[in-house]
Amino acid sequence: MADPRTHRLRLWSSALVVGVVLLAVLVVPPLVQLDEQAVDLSRKLLPPSWEHPFGTDDLGRDLLLRCVYGLRISLLVGLVAALVATVVGTAVGAAAGALGGWTDRTLMRLVDTFSSVPHLLLGIFVVALFRPGVWPVIASVAVTHWLSTARIVRSEVLSLRTRPFVEAAISGGATRWRVAVRHLLPAVLPQAGLAAVLMVPHAMWHESALSFLGLGLPSHQASLGNLVQNARSSLLAGYGWPTLFPGLLLIVPTLAIAGLAGVWRDRLNPRRRSELML
Amino acid sequence: MLELDTVTAGYDRRTPVFRGASLTVAPGESVGLLGPSGCGKSTLARVAALLHRPDAGRLVLDGTEVTAWRHRAPRELRTAVGVVFQQPRTAADPRLTLADLLVEPLRATGRRAEAAARLAELAPAVGLTPDLLGRRPHEVSDGQLQRACLGRALALRPRWLVCDEMTAMLDASTTAALVAAVETYREETGASLLAVGHDRLLLRRWCDRTVEWQDCLPAEERP
Repeated sequence: MADPRTHRLRLWSSALVVGVVLLAVLVVPPLVQLDEQAVDLSRKLLPPSWEHPFGTDDLGRDLLLRCVYGLRISLLVGLVAALVATVVGTAVGAAAGALGGWTDRTLMRLVDTFSSVPHLLLGIFVVALFRPGVWPVIASVAVTHWLSTARIVRSEVLSLRTRPFVEAAISGGATRWRVAVRHLLPAVLPQAGLAAVLMVPHAMWHESALSFLGLGLPSHQASLGNLVQNARSSLLAGYGWPTLFPGLLLIVPTLAIAGLAGVWRDRLNPRRRSELML
Repeated sequence: MLELDTVTAGYDRRTPVFRGASLTVAPGESVGLLGPSGCGKSTLARVAALLHRPDAGRLVLDGTEVTAWRHRAPRELRTAVGVVFQQPRTAADPRLTLADLLVEPLRATGRRAEAAARLAELAPAVGLTPDLLGRRPHEVSDGQLQRACLGRALALRPRWLVCDEMTAMLDASTTAALVAAVETYREETGASLLAVGHDRLLLRRWCDRTVEWQDCLPAEERP
């Protein structure tokens, strides 16, 4: 168990990385009026330098600028998909666990049906229904990722609803709705919230995978997946940086977001909150 | 009158915890239900508290039969029975402060406006000092938490009180304080009590009569 100093270090280092990333994706594009798609073949595959800190790609485009734009798209996909998947998963899981009976059976068979299809395949099916763009990718990730949250929330609710404090609430006149909102949901929020935060980087990886397969965003649009996909031929030709920097931008924010998720979990747990004197 | 008439209950219909149990608690009466661990006392207490639907038999509360409900017993009957469970740690929502815990039934039944006044009555009645009211369950002792759980059970001024091994986790002085708080409440309101436990000495001193659990059923009655 982490002591308060380790806890604070984890919080601040993760918050710093996430803060820098958010600042970069929110502030840089409007401030720097540069076209991330501007091709300059005279500057192709330049190594990192002061002028181009991340180097340039095989069409002479500045990789730092493309990485910032790519990260913006990937974060948008990650955040929105995780939010949608968590809200849907929590609602389905809580309804199944709290209501039980045929509602539970029907909803969980629905979850089983979705789970029986490999989720990359299901994701590809969803994006194939629409024209390439950000929203089909978000829909694809959300459709394939609410299942685990629904299962986590349902099992939590099932274990909670027979606890004496829930029975005491029922005895005290609480309606089903009040039991769910006042006692069950606050108790499952740490798990649901944690699942949501951890899903953000996972969704970013999915966007990258779909884009890498050529099924995500249009190939000219900067996203971390597209950047890695476009850099494949350069990597084979011996130029590492066009793959390295988008790859690092996928890994480092992932770890920082997971770090923040851990901190959040501790804060939502009253016992841990007291131990850490937060 | 709280009447259990040949009640069968359990968690699996094929193997009920007990069959054909009968027990009557008259208005204003206190009944102690004695028996060894695992005999079904707590299940009977849950049936009496309208938290567990019996598989067979009749449960009558003040002349109203409340045996057949679908998801849970009607609210006005549930709130007529206050329940105190054995383990305060699991019976208290860990996210609520003791003050919230005490008045939660008032908020749940739409009587939010009365909450502050009732809290001011309840806290001293169960022996909770003001400094404890802002604390959460993990910040207080078992005894203090059980006092809050008793306060919650009394919040809606129930006509019936079911105490399922309320003092099993507590020391002698806290036990005495809780029993005194229950008795004071009963003197003020004329409420009935069903106290379940295996502390023979305590229940015989506390209750008007005790019922011994024998051969899988509450049987022998002692004045």
